[in-house]
Amino acid sequence: MPTIAPRTTDPATLRRLYRDLVRVRMVDERIAELYPEQQMRCPVHLSIGQEAVSAGVCARLERQDWVMSGHRSHGHFLAKGGSLPSMLAEMYGRATGCTGGKGGSMHLIDLEAGFLGAVPIVGSTIPMAVGAAWGARSRGESRVVVSFFGEAATEEGVFHEAVNFACLKKLPVIFVCENNLFSVYTPLDVRQPGNREVADVARGHGIESVQADGNDTVGVYDLAGWAVDRARAGQGPTFLEFKTYRWREHCGPYYDNDIGYRTEAEYLAWREKCPVERFERDLLASGVVDAQGMTEIRAAITRELDEAVAFAKASPFPPDHEMATFTYAE
Amino acid sequence: MSRDLKYFQAINEGTDLAMAADPRVQIMGLGVPDPKGIFGTTAGLQEKYGSERVSDLPTSENGMTGVAIGCALAGMRPIMTHHRLDFALLTMEQLVNQAAKWHYMFGGKMRMPLVIRMLVGRGWGQGPQHSQSLQSWFAHVPGLKVVMPTTPHDVKGMLIASIEDDNPVIFIEHRWLYNLSGPVPEGHYSVPLGSARIMRSGSDLTIVATSYMAVEALRAAEHLATHGVQAEVVDVRSLRPWDEATVLASVARTGRVIVTDTGWAAVGFSAEVVARIAEAGIPLKTPPRRVCLPDSPTPTTPALAAVYYPRAVDLEKVAAVMCGLDLPPQDRAVTIPLDVPDMTFTGPF
Repeated sequence: MPTIAPRTTDPATLRRLYRDLVRVRMVDERIAELYPEQQMRCPVHLSIGQEAVSAGVCARLERQDWVMSGHRSHGHFLAKGGSLPSMLAEMYGRATGCTGGKGGSMHLIDLEAGFLGAVPIVGSTIPMAVGAAWGARSRGESRVVVSFFGEAATEEGVFHEAVNFACLKKLPVIFVCENNLFSVYTPLDVRQPGNREVADVARGHGIESVQADGNDTVGVYDLAGWAVDRARAGQGPTFLEFKTYRWREHCGPYYDNDIGYRTEAEYLAWREKCPVERFERDLLASGVVDAQGMTEIRAAITRELDEAVAFAKASPFPPDHEMATFTYAE
Repeated sequence: MSRDLKYFQAINEGTDLAMAADPRVQIMGLGVPDPKGIFGTTAGLQEKYGSERVSDLPTSENGMTGVAIGCALAGMRPIMTHHRLDFALLTMEQLVNQAAKWHYMFGGKMRMPLVIRMLVGRGWGQGPQHSQSLQSWFAHVPGLKVVMPTTPHDVKGMLIASIEDDNPVIFIEHRWLYNLSGPVPEGHYSVPLGSARIMRSGSDLTIVATSYMAVEALRAAEHLATHGVQAEVVDVRSLRPWDEATVLASVARTGRVIVTDTGWAAVGFSAEVVARIAEAGIPLKTPPRRVCLPDSPTPTTPALAAVYYPRAVDLEKVAAVMCGLDLPPQDRAVTIPLDVPDMTFTGPF
């Protein structure tokens, strides 16, 4: 286990973490609320239940650091500072979306925020993140690159190929695995042998690898800080496995505990570990944020969301003649 | 100033010039800095440009293609190599889902300057998994460019053009072209992607050829000329985009066309060429013909490989029928072995 600094108690940092955490939750809850209107005509993979990893890791990054992700990327995008209006407009297929409607929810990007891109083919951005770190180093740039993925991506060959290469080249990459126990509806125990942990598999490549609670926002933040410091100090890559849980269906806005691939009891047990409620209890107990403060933070996010949704819905669709635009770079 | 270089030397020189001109250009692949240097094409580069820009790689084709894509995202201009195209099949996910679509699916926000070099093997028992010529797979995908230079002049100029292009370019080199010599200008020049070249003019017949089959087509044309048939040979050079204008104009002039490709005929690039000729409504004096690979995997034994691969004589036979020429019968059991490009080739690659 790494030696990490004592648990963060700085009030400003905790307030920022709380805001980032609640914002991811509230955005995805709003998407879930609006989705049945059938105006967002693209798949959505909600981060609800897993927000602590996004908030905790990204709060340790600078703007020039890069993040890449997979299909369940809303939290990573938002926490890294991706534009909320352009994300929502993208889901509505509008010209003002972050890709102008070419990509949708599964292809978020915001270069100014350092979010280099997300794609839904499982594991595909892992080697790209490694390459981006290598390329940046070759160009004399100092950047940390974070690759977010789920535990299913560790079943892909490219995961192992990428970790091997990152270790070989001692690259400033942090592999962040959100282990939510399911690949679509298939549980981990029918995909990987039960006598080993994901973090141990990664460790086999010779990488520093740690398993931790993915619903403990401050714990994630502190562990990520250790990994980021290692990367910046030229000590090479780190693998972080965070145990967490997807509350809603794999793809879409609804709960699906009734369809038979998992039990209501399992969901409720994880529901008890809600990262938002847990952090709120801690903040109230320590007095860093009081109930009034939480209400104000939520109210500000609601206003931001109202504006972003209005912007997205009022934005035009791209014109027909843009159908093939950008097939090739000129 | 031009001087004669072999095909592999022209690749080496083009890479060297591109790397000297732009510090963002890097080359990576299994064996790139090894003593053989990808059949001589990367020899000496690591000594000149260092191990960060000229890198050996683990045997992880798909992952390393992702790494190359990541390098491109970071502002580098990577060249990746595969000793055989067959190994690049492991990379179809990164190439087709990711590299080909990156510019489009992110609304033009990022470019994907990436060159993937892959060699097509032939002969000396290359067999089912060291000889596939799958340019049609790649050429099917919007977002990729696909080129197959034939001459030393073109391979250097098209490599430089590919490296300078902001799109992913699949750069396919036929192993049997590697020892061919030809005039290559010194210094930097580029051959635009998407342009065909008329290698030989003729009025009776157009032979549209890709890669090594352009060499066989020239041999056939020379032999046909001795019988009074003038064949025009169009070297396609670039399959996506491809130079429809040059090909269609030639076919319109001659009224007869053979398409000869190093890949399989079925559902292949040759079918695309014939389809476009048909769609363009070009009147033909005889039905179009294709001389490509038969519908089976590549056999390994030289006995069957000799039957498998079409050569100049096969083109001549088809051309003779199309032009009403009575060619004397030729025997396929010939004087030189059919599994090598020339007698200097002694295996094993």
